[in-house]
Amino acid sequence: MIARARSRLFAHLWLILGLIVVAFPIYYVFVASTHSLQTILRPPLPLLPGDQFLANYSEALFGGVGRIGGVGVGTLLLNSTIVALGIAIGKIIISLMSAYAIVFFRFPLRMVFFWIIFITLMLPVEVRILPTYKVMVDLNLIDTYAGLIVPLIASATATLLFRQFFMTIPNELLEAARIDGAGPWRFFKDILLPLSATNIAALFVILFIYGWTQYLWPLLMTNSNSMNTIVIALRKMISFADADTEWHLVMVTCILAIAPPILVVVLMQRWFVKGLVESEK
Amino acid sequence: MATISLKDVRKDYGRNPVIHGISLDVANREFIVIVGPSGCGKSTLLRMVAGLEEITSGTIEIDERVVNQLEPRERDIAMVFQNYALYPHMTVFENMAYGLKIAGKNRTEIAERVSSAANMLELGPYLTRKPRALSGGQRQRVAMGRALVRDPAAFLFDEPLSNLDAKLRVQMRLEIKALQREVGTTSLYVTHDQVEAMTLADRLVVMNGGRAEQIDTPMNVYLKPASVFVASFIGSPAMNIIEARVAAESRGVVVAGRTIDLDHLRLHLPAVGAPVLFGIRPEHIAVSETEKVDLLLTVSAVETLGADALAHCYFEGGKKGRDFVVRLPGTRTVRVGEHLPVVLDRAATHLFDPESKKRLN
Ligand SMILES: Nc1ncnc2c1ncn2[C@@H]1O[C@H](COP(=O)(O)OP(=O)(O)OP(=O)(O)O)[C@@H](O)[C@H]1O
Ligand SMILES: [Mg+2]
Repeated sequence: MIARARSRLFAHLWLILGLIVVAFPIYYVFVASTHSLQTILRPPLPLLPGDQFLANYSEALFGGVGRIGGVGVGTLLLNSTIVALGIAIGKIIISLMSAYAIVFFRFPLRMVFFWIIFITLMLPVEVRILPTYKVMVDLNLIDTYAGLIVPLIASATATLLFRQFFMTIPNELLEAARIDGAGPWRFFKDILLPLSATNIAALFVILFIYGWTQYLWPLLMTNSNSMNTIVIALRKMISFADADTEWHLVMVTCILAIAPPILVVVLMQRWFVKGLVESEK
Repeated sequence: MATISLKDVRKDYGRNPVIHGISLDVANREFIVIVGPSGCGKSTLLRMVAGLEEITSGTIEIDERVVNQLEPRERDIAMVFQNYALYPHMTVFENMAYGLKIAGKNRTEIAERVSSAANMLELGPYLTRKPRALSGGQRQRVAMGRALVRDPAAFLFDEPLSNLDAKLRVQMRLEIKALQREVGTTSLYVTHDQVEAMTLADRLVVMNGGRAEQIDTPMNVYLKPASVFVASFIGSPAMNIIEARVAAESRGVVVAGRTIDLDHLRLHLPAVGAPVLFGIRPEHIAVSETEKVDLLLTVSAVETLGADALAHCYFEGGKKGRDFVVRLPGTRTVRVGEHLPVVLDRAATHLFDPESKKRLN
């Protein structure tokens, strides 16, 4: 009994230690975001939150940050949200549709299309980034949401994921629906979509974070400060000279940049886990 | 309510023929059971009627309308699948209502029809449950209900009871029969269970290797099987079929050295000395109480079933392996090694051609 209690205690200590290692930097960023610039620049930084919380956050959100042309973090958050939602939802719609076509329809060159989609998995975004950039410039899509979102929407991974899931759906279900009179569109809407709900939720979480943390593409696509995503702006806020950098605002922006992904994960946690481990069949 | 008519229906998968031309006329309100061993093409045939499988050649008519090119939904049929194929994310009510909803029926009519079907199937208490929360038998009923609410021209069943346990199967069998009588919908029912086939069918289609070997009432199939295959497939235990020769003067056949006189079959017998397959069911053999003995058997094993007992025998002096089964009343005790003099019921003897395997008498 004692041995077991001791090993439990040890396990807990070990876990708590791990938690601290992971969580402390984030906590420290939060602490820094509640102090004034002077306090931050004069080490050591206190371990407890300061009294500048309201001042710093309202300055960042509504006042505008000088180094990025006076654009407020609120605008950045909006940009990032639009881009991340656009990418996540766009990817889900496109890949649902292509997986549906590949699994449930017989058309010429079906497997060729499948392999074309599959092969794009082997090409990282960076490889095709210059041609894509050229296309976007020609289409006048620099500094637009469309330019930020559309090129990232095609997704072989999500298509494969849905394809795998669709293939586990028993054929009789499709046949029962056909006999009930459901056409392809109704089958998709009434049966396939509800059955994929957990998968979609899980994928949404992953893709939202993917979209939120995009760096290279938004960096290329945006010139105007007001079209920056929060991740890009964060990088721009930091100058090489320590004194030039408004560290308190950088810290606020950091916290604000990680909050939405965390929110999405927390809110969708139940669905997310369900989507990863089981499917309703 | 409708008639169904198949005319020389064939199906090839690629270059591989699976159905070799089946013709069948189903009358209105008739219950047809398609029975046969695994892989003989029963499901394929049913699915062609449903419109889930293309027809290679021939025509299928439902209610005197050629449906070869029609989508399943345009054929006005309902199908019950072996694994039920219920929509897992819909409640029982929604499952049953889905077809009606697509057909554009209004809400009150849907509710009425679903609840009357649910009453018939005693599904009332489960209407708000998901299929996951139902037992196998209840799911089966929902699948039936889904077919029933549509009030289609025909029901198609593909082994709907094979996932149930034996007791439930008997119960559902009776219910399906009663239900079909009540609503009078023309039905095609696929099974490989011959008891199900015999009890449910108005007429049986016995299939083998993509051909319909016999299409007739269950009793006629039992009494006058059209081929060796049908004879051994229908009836349990299977009919004894033995190689014999036509006796001198066509008096009967010679089996294991003994002549069994078959005067009434004289006209059906081939030439004297010609080989012929002689069949008799275990239940048409009795232990001889008199001087008259047709065959002398030796018991090699006994299966006691309660009401009756099955004696597995071999011919006196014959090879030990060859099984000849006799059904005896449960009250008669037999021991292994015992000699059984038996007489055969002449009215229940069958003759088959050894070449074509077709019935001779
Ligand atoms: N899609 C297909 N492609 C090729 N051959 C097929 C296909 N579907 C079925 N077959 C073949 O057709 C034959 C008949 O199949 P079917 O499913 O109709 O048999 P069944 O009588 O229903 O058997 P069971 O009692 O096992 O369900 C089988 O030999 C099977 O291998
Ligand atoms: Mg089958």
